[in-house]
Amino acid sequence: MDADSFRTRGISRRTLLQSAALGAVGLGTTAALGGCGSPLAAGLAGSALDPGVVTFWNLFGGGDGVRLTTMLDAYRTQHGAGSLTASTFAWGDPYYTKLTLATVGQKAPNVAVAHLTRMQNLAAADLLTPITDAMLSSVGLAAADFNQNVWKSQQRDGKNYAIPLDTHPFVLFYNVEVCRKAGLLTPEGALKPIQGVAEWEAALTAAQKATGAYALGVANVNEYATPWRMFQTFYSQMDGNTPFLGDNGKTLTLNEDLAVKTLAYIQRMSAKGWIPKTADYGGSETMMFTGKAAFYLQGEWELTTAQAVPGLKFGMAPIPQLFDKKAVQADSHTFVLPKLDRTPEQLTRDMGFIKFMMEQSVTWAKGGHIPSYLPTLSSADYKALEPQASYASVADYTVFDSLAWYSGSGSSFENIVGSQIGLVQQGLSSPTDALSSIRKQLGPYLSAANPL
Amino acid sequence: MTTETPSLPRTRPPATSPPRAEAPTAVERERPAWLFLAPFSIMYLLFLVGPTIYMIVASLYNTSLVKSGLGTFAGLSNYVEVLGRPDFQSAMGHTVLFTVLTTPPLVILAFVFAVLANRIRRGQWFFRLAFFLPFVLPSASIALIWVFIFMPDTGLLNLVQGWLGMTPSAVLADPNWAMWGIAAATVWWTIGINFVLYLAGLQDVPREVYEAAAIDGASPWQQIRYLTIPLLGRTTTLVVLLQIIASLKIFDQVFLMTSGGPGQATQVALTFIAGVGFTDNRIGVASAASVVLFVVIMLIAAARQGLTRFQNARA
Repeated sequence: MDADSFRTRGISRRTLLQSAALGAVGLGTTAALGGCGSPLAAGLAGSALDPGVVTFWNLFGGGDGVRLTTMLDAYRTQHGAGSLTASTFAWGDPYYTKLTLATVGQKAPNVAVAHLTRMQNLAAADLLTPITDAMLSSVGLAAADFNQNVWKSQQRDGKNYAIPLDTHPFVLFYNVEVCRKAGLLTPEGALKPIQGVAEWEAALTAAQKATGAYALGVANVNEYATPWRMFQTFYSQMDGNTPFLGDNGKTLTLNEDLAVKTLAYIQRMSAKGWIPKTADYGGSETMMFTGKAAFYLQGEWELTTAQAVPGLKFGMAPIPQLFDKKAVQADSHTFVLPKLDRTPEQLTRDMGFIKFMMEQSVTWAKGGHIPSYLPTLSSADYKALEPQASYASVADYTVFDSLAWYSGSGSSFENIVGSQIGLVQQGLSSPTDALSSIRKQLGPYLSAANPL
Repeated sequence: MTTETPSLPRTRPPATSPPRAEAPTAVERERPAWLFLAPFSIMYLLFLVGPTIYMIVASLYNTSLVKSGLGTFAGLSNYVEVLGRPDFQSAMGHTVLFTVLTTPPLVILAFVFAVLANRIRRGQWFFRLAFFLPFVLPSASIALIWVFIFMPDTGLLNLVQGWLGMTPSAVLADPNWAMWGIAAATVWWTIGINFVLYLAGLQDVPREVYEAAAIDGASPWQQIRYLTIPLLGRTTTLVVLLQIIASLKIFDQVFLMTSGGPGQATQVALTFIAGVGFTDNRIGVASAASVVLFVVIMLIAAARQGLTRFQNARA
């Protein structure tokens, strides 16, 4: 095409561009007028969403997502189809980054879900509205309605920042048929109680004999959270254990002797062939599903996955107490109120939404999570849920990760520590080497400027 | 993120336009060009130049993801921290290792396969498709496929090793081999683009040159050695440069296949930056690390530029 034809066609092209621009403006106006209150129009116009609507952000996929939708639909049935805008994001950094940026940019949702260990950092960054007793009582809630172990863990300087929906602990799954073969079940088909290292090792030995492979599936490849959960559980069961981090992450305060002892025990289990040296998240689970392992260690949320395996008979139990006291690593899903200008009516409505979710928490508990809301926990409906009710007692002795700006579920702390524990399980690193690597890698974090 | 589709520089005879009495001025001639470039330029300014400037500025401040504004002035302390951090040093080391592991096979194999495919008369489309097809898949699919292949005990690789009576190796679980596993996945995934570049280069070489060489009695190997390789010299410098840059930008495969593990064995520059920026909320430090990586890539690009000048001067 030569320059001449460019010029002659230039006019018509300009006209075309102009009309396209006009069209775009027109479209925008139509959207703004027609879809008043729709998130798209509000986003384009930069205005607030319809004040009657609760915007709610969460991070639940899979079975949890399905159950949450049921709960949200119940809310919509009661309050009208347009009363709620719910958005689900991929869990972990993608979610917390969006929540943080939206709150900093004053476009926060009315209500959001956060892990208890992450919500502490959101509160430290001054991104959350504290929840007062008056706010709780305005919708008929009170501090005494909640599991006190979780309730106390969400407080900072005596203020409440989150309303816990559940506790989600690390638990022991077991394959019923394999355990029966190994003689580990009661006549009723439940796991016989196991306490202390001797009983535990006897059970693992019997289980290994029954499977011909492993006794216990636990993941450590491309997976850092699971090794950390296992470590934290056993470490916290020892008398004299201290939190891993102190002074909001400025110092390492763990009891090194006990940490080495815990790591050595993990290494002993893999050296004995009770736990696999290498297994990824799905692989460790499949071991229990297919009878290559009698037990499986993971958060109770894997209940949904196990239920979907055709013909699998499985049970769930608290992780046995191996050492001096009962303890199990856990986190919790909570509701938080991101900082936002709310009228008193909006505040009551947002709190009302949270209350409504609490009342629905039997639906939520079907996914394995232990309800924090005591009226649900003590309800006949929950007590009838099996195997959920069989491990509900662990909510009273859960251990949450120590607080630091780089700690919590899916954090750098978990990645650094978990990856080294994984190497110990593989037999590639000795307990003391792993601990010195952890110390070295956490070094920059101890001295770094706190971004919160 | 790991590879990109460049356009091959083509040498074309300069367009000869018939002389005219009233030729448009340079400005007039450029106006429609600018108009056409405008949509791209706006995007480029907004989403590339703008953030780059922000990155350089933020690297001098204690910028936090959870606070608005740049935060307090930090001077060069972010750079001091980043360059002194053992995890950043090892991440840069792993990035270089990955580049060294992937660039030679991705260049040499692509060349070999292109030469072979170019010799095939019938069904060449099949080989073109076969080599290029993996490149069409998204990185998430590639990661799933290769994680399955490398899965400990039950994966395809261990299964085949079992048949052959070898000890099964847990590639992605072994700190010494995990990077090789990621490199293998990457070679399979991205060889197609270099293959296409070489194939295009080969098809630009006139047949007569080979005919003349054949008449002079050159063996096929001599033809490749003394004709194909020198004639494709420019394609090779381009492919090597693009490949080095793409390899230095490795992120997806590591993020999806190993999350930087086992231990820290596959932690690379971009996973480090993403971790510091988005997990730790420390945008200032992440920006400083990004600037360091940016400088490294710019130095390599400059070295390539120098090499091209040298080639031109010699030609």
